[in-house]
Amino acid sequence: MADLTVKNLNLAAITTKLTQNFNFTTAGGQCLGVSGPSGIGKSVLLRAIADMLPHQGEIYLGELESQSVPAPQWRKKVALLPAESQWWFDRVGEHFSQYNDSLFQYFGFEQDVMNWQISHISSGEKQRLACIRVLMNEPQALLLDEPTANLDPQNQGLLETLITQYQSEHQLPVIWISHDLQQLEKVSDRLLYLIEGSYSISPVKPVLEGETA
Amino acid sequence: MIHLTFWDLAIASILIIMLAITSLLLQLNIARQLLVAATRNVIQLLLVGYILKLIFANTNLFYLGGIVTIMLLVAGFEINARQKYPLKRWIGFKIGTSALFLSSFAMALVALLVIVAPAPWYSPQYAIPLLGMLLGNTMNGISLGMDKLNQSVYQQRLIIEQRLMLGQDFQEVIHDIRAESIRTGMIPIINSMAIAGLVSLPGMMTGQILSGTPPVEAVKYQILLFFLITAGTGFGIMLAVSMIARRLFDDRQRLTLALLKIKR
Repeated sequence: MADLTVKNLNLAAITTKLTQNFNFTTAGGQCLGVSGPSGIGKSVLLRAIADMLPHQGEIYLGELESQSVPAPQWRKKVALLPAESQWWFDRVGEHFSQYNDSLFQYFGFEQDVMNWQISHISSGEKQRLACIRVLMNEPQALLLDEPTANLDPQNQGLLETLITQYQSEHQLPVIWISHDLQQLEKVSDRLLYLIEGSYSISPVKPVLEGETA
Repeated sequence: MIHLTFWDLAIASILIIMLAITSLLLQLNIARQLLVAATRNVIQLLLVGYILKLIFANTNLFYLGGIVTIMLLVAGFEINARQKYPLKRWIGFKIGTSALFLSSFAMALVALLVIVAPAPWYSPQYAIPLLGMLLGNTMNGISLGMDKLNQSVYQQRLIIEQRLMLGQDFQEVIHDIRAESIRTGMIPIINSMAIAGLVSLPGMMTGQILSGTPPVEAVKYQILLFFLITAGTGFGIMLAVSMIARRLFDDRQRLTLALLKIKR
C-alpha cells in the first residue's frame, strides 16, 4: 500500500499554535501516533491532511497529490474518523449504501443491525459502526482522531484490536491521535509529539524492537 | 365609487386611539408601538400616494426606473434584516437583491409586455403596483428560505462535515437542507393561494371591489397576481437559496461558515 507523506504542511493561517512546517511520512502498514497538550491543534493537523481545512504545502498518497483529485475522492482515499461520529437518518441501514457481510461480521454485527434505531445504540456500537462506514469506502490511509475517546475500557480494547488488525491486513498507513500515551504505545510504531511551534517524532517501542532483534 | 373624506379616516383613527387607550389600561405595553406604527402608516402611505399621483401624471421610463430601483434596493436590504444567522451584510445584500431582481422583474415584464400589455408597457399605474406586490412577496419568501437555510446549516454543521469526511459530494450533502429551505419559503404564498376566497378575500381584490370594480374583473386580476407572485417567489427563493448553498462550500468542498455573521 501507498505511503502517506506530508511535505511542508503549514497551518499558521488556521491556528497561531502551529507555525511549524510539517514533514513526515507514514509507510503502508505503519501507524504514527500523535499526541501533545490539549488545544495544541492535533485535530487541525488531521483535518488538514483530510483536506477538510485550507492549508499550505502538499500531501501525497503514494504519488497522488491531494489537490490533483476532487476533494470527495481524496477524502474517500484518506479517511478521517472523528471521536464522535454523526448520524443523520433514523436507522443504521440508511447510512450505508450496501451491506458488506465481511466488514459487519469483522466488527461483530449481524445483518439485523441495519434496522437498528440510531437513538438506541451504545457509543461503543456507534464507533464500531462508524469504522465500518469509513472502511466501506475502501480507504488507502486512515486518520483516527481519538477514536476510542468516548468508550469504556472494554470497547476501547476491542476497537484498538480491530483497527490494528485491519491496518496490518490491508497494509494501510495510519495516523492515530490520542491523549493516552499507553494506548499509542500499543497501537503505533512512532510517536509525533506536538508542541507550540514545533514537533518531534520518535519511535515508541525502542525496548521491544531491541528484544526482537 | 364613493370617495373617502378626511373625516371618514378621522373616524377610523378614533378606533385605533380607543384600542391604544384600552391597551394602556390593560398595561399591555404596546400602545406606543401601536401609535407609532399607525402614524408611520399614514405618513408613508400619504407620501406614496402623492408621489404616485405625480408619476402617474408623467408617464416616463426614467422616473419609473428611479422609483423601481429604490423599491428593489429597499427590499434587498430588508431581506437580510431579522435573520437569526444573517449573511455578512454585503454578500447578503448582493445575493438577495440579485435574486429579487431576476425573479420579480422577469415576472413583471411578462405581465406588462405579454399579459396585461398596457400602452405604453411601462405605464406606472400598472408597473408600480405589480412590481410592488412581486417584490414584497418575493422578499418575504427569500427571507424565510434564507433564514431556514442558514439556521439548518449552522445547527447541522457537524453532520455536514461528517458527510464531507465520508467523501460525499457537497451537492448531495446540502440537498435535503436546500429543498427544505425552498419549501419553507414557499409555504406562505401557497397557503394563501389555496385558501383565497374561502377564508379571506385577498387585499388587492377587496380594494378593487370596494372602489367599484365588478367582482369578476377583480377576481381575474387577483388570479393573475397570485400566479405571478407565486412563480416569482418560487424562482426567487430557488435562486437565492441555491446561490447561498453553493457559497457555503469553498473550492475544495469544505464547509465555510465565514459567510455567516455569527453572534457570539
